[in-house]
Amino acid sequence: MGKTPLIGLPRLSPAPNVRLWAKMEDRNPTGSIKDRTAIAMIDAAERDGLLKPGATILEPTSGNTGISLAMVSQVRGYKLICVMPENTSPERRQLLEMWGATIISSAAAGGSNEAVRVAKDLAAKNPEWVFLYQYGNPANTLAHYEGTGPEIFADLPTVTHFVAGLGTTGTLMGAGRFLREKNPNIAIIAAEPRYGEVVYGLRNIDEGFVPELYDASILTRRFSVGAEDSVRRVRELLEVEGIFSGISTGAILHAALAMGKEAIEQGKDADIAFIVCDAGWKYLSTGIYGSVQAEKSIDQATQGLDDQLWA
Amino acid sequence: MTTAIEVRIPTILRPFTKEQKVVAASGETLSAVIADLDVQYPGIGERLLENGALRRFINLYVNDEDVRFLGGLEAPVKNGDSITILPAVAGG
Repeated sequence: MGKTPLIGLPRLSPAPNVRLWAKMEDRNPTGSIKDRTAIAMIDAAERDGLLKPGATILEPTSGNTGISLAMVSQVRGYKLICVMPENTSPERRQLLEMWGATIISSAAAGGSNEAVRVAKDLAAKNPEWVFLYQYGNPANTLAHYEGTGPEIFADLPTVTHFVAGLGTTGTLMGAGRFLREKNPNIAIIAAEPRYGEVVYGLRNIDEGFVPELYDASILTRRFSVGAEDSVRRVRELLEVEGIFSGISTGAILHAALAMGKEAIEQGKDADIAFIVCDAGWKYLSTGIYGSVQAEKSIDQATQGLDDQLWA
Repeated sequence: MTTAIEVRIPTILRPFTKEQKVVAASGETLSAVIADLDVQYPGIGERLLENGALRRFINLYVNDEDVRFLGGLEAPVKNGDSITILPAVAGG
């Protein structure tokens, strides 16, 4: 787990002095950055005596964290119950089931907020279950403070920008805090996916959700990136550099390229490191990779994502 | 005269805008735009602000960038900008 390669992207970099670097988190055991979070949370719970052999773990997840937890749980002899929104790709369900997890589906409306609500409810009713809760578990942030951040800094001490996705906020809070300590002038940039309307279909504003781990003071800027821009960048990364990434990586690359454009306009050098969260395998069924060269327009390709939790 | 700032309204606030998804407003700062919205669609301002600050579970973006990192309510806006209002949702 971890120690993933940071690779330069000379073809996609906007200028010789404004360079893009991809942190290849798909090279983790189950293929996503969430292996860091999952293993750190389980290790911490074992150390604290919360997790005993045969225990049941409960977690709200839109996919990757659940998949990581499922693999580790199977190997270490725990049961895993995932609360997952019903509007997620079928590959995620299959992978979870493959590693023996039980899935409880939550309603599409409200997206992960609803999954969090259902899981908190279940945790209260089943106190014997171990609720790791990635949105509030300090082990999540620590995994990136001790792993992702130092790894990037060791490979690229000249890093000027760190760009990552904003979900639980663990990656940005942990790696961002570490990199800021090394270089107070570094820009820590968040890219959050902007979904279709169903996901924002809360009944009232008070059902909104900000993860307990979130500390806005770590971030320099925060961008909201829609499906169309994300898919366009996923295809660009594929065509120009041959990297096959998942959809959330497209959102991150979109923000990274915006930072590159600004550096050029300001006449500054930049080393922009961004996270490749996972590869594209789990999203093939969405059809966004099809007919890259021709007929299928981005518009058509993203239509299927409208009601999906694609990141 | 020209009201050339486009504001995208989330489902949850559309009862205020007669179910319109996109409305036009004017102002030179975000807070002026919100004040203008509240004149056009009375009550919407109170759903966005609490004690003079943006509500915790409301995210506001000017041209896809979170305004909390652009100067908050005093963030400058200009004709042609696009403002998006969204409730805060979880990822992960």
